Amino acid sequence: MTRQALGLLACLRATLLRELQIAVSSPGKVVNPLMFFVIASALFPLSGRLDLAVLGSIAPGILWVTALLAVMLSMEGLFRSDFDDGTLEQLLLSPQPLYFHLLVKVLGHWLVTGLPLVVIAPLLGLLLNLPAAGYQPLILGLLLGTPTLSLVAAIGTALTVGLARSGLLLAVLILPLSIPVLVFGAGVVDTALNGLPVAGLFSLLGALLLLAASLAPLAIAASLRISVQ
Amino acid sequence: MLAVDDLHCERDERVLFSGLSFEVKSGSLLQVQGANGSGKTTLLRILAGLNQDFTGNLHWQGRPRASVLTEFQQSLFYLGHAPSVNRTLTPLQNLRWFCALQGYADDEAIVAALTAQGLAGYAGIPCCQLSAGQQRRVSLARLELTAAALWILDEPFTALDRLAVAALEGRIGRHAEAGGAVVLTTHHALKTPWPLSILDLDALRPEAL
Repeated sequence: MTRQALGLLACLRATLLRELQIAVSSPGKVVNPLMFFVIASALFPLSGRLDLAVLGSIAPGILWVTALLAVMLSMEGLFRSDFDDGTLEQLLLSPQPLYFHLLVKVLGHWLVTGLPLVVIAPLLGLLLNLPAAGYQPLILGLLLGTPTLSLVAAIGTALTVGLARSGLLLAVLILPLSIPVLVFGAGVVDTALNGLPVAGLFSLLGALLLLAASLAPLAIAASLRISVQ
Repeated sequence: MLAVDDLHCERDERVLFSGLSFEVKSGSLLQVQGANGSGKTTLLRILAGLNQDFTGNLHWQGRPRASVLTEFQQSLFYLGHAPSVNRTLTPLQNLRWFCALQGYADDEAIVAALTAQGLAGYAGIPCCQLSAGQQRRVSLARLELTAAALWILDEPFTALDRLAVAALEGRIGRHAEAGGAVVLTTHHALKTPWPLSILDLDALRPEAL
């Protein structure tokens, strides 16, 4: 017999691995949000005769809003296929701790959709004439903020997965909840550009992430139970 | 094993069943019968714990199910209408995750289970390239990989060919013979050597509609 008993961590790794394997086998889900992020950000310089200095000063806001929309668009698929093919029922009925599996599932989804946004954001910063002092706070802010956005969006996704067309409803549910992350995330870049200390704002972004990571899985689990009924 | 007491369920202001009490004993085979829309799937989902929209009591091994939920879930295998197979992943990847949810890893057993379902050589092919019946077989391969005592199977014979139907009937009979219990729905005339009890939801309907 080669049967190996797995501890909780190994079981969670299997869930993470599955999420990554699904991303590899359907790369469109990874590439599309990224393309959206690039194209939507690139529209702003094209939309009018913006002064370069003005463009640089609104760049943090542009990048954060488009990143937020890209995360939201990418999240719609988080539970969709699992809901359609019945895998979600198996997860809900398994004796495994649902809380951790959902947390890991969102983490896996963020690794393939949120993290690429963080990586490509500096390039878009160049495009939008973001001043040099803004890059570090932009990257760090997105690194702390996009997982929070993913977790919050996952709640909305879980609630709407049973509906046939959930796109706009998801936006209406999620965007108001994303405002704090947006305010602090874009604020941290602005503050740095003005030469003010940013440690406090980073702490707030970190606190929001911890809050979302600890509470969102409970809300996601409850929402999924409603959705499969 | 699983005792159901005074179960009442309404859907869209229509009573599906009321005052329903029965027990699924170890070694028993229970077929839930009824016309389309009579609530077979709803009953199975209530038994599995997916549907909470009911009144009544459920006891697992003599104790209220809610208080022994993890134990109950460890002893439950549920197969719904959908095959629970991700179409972009391969059968091996799908079943590895299923095993991980049960808390173990065993590739040899997975390959053996797939071979028993006539899917030798298909372990590494994405499920979207398999036929509906083959996807169903991937799903049924999980029967060999679970240690659950209670099987709840909703229309398990869908999309299977005649040989696979006979094999599954045999497997269900052997599970009951080994002390397990099976609750299933099917519109197919079940042939199994093991005695079969039948729960007819149409006959139980409180007032003829």
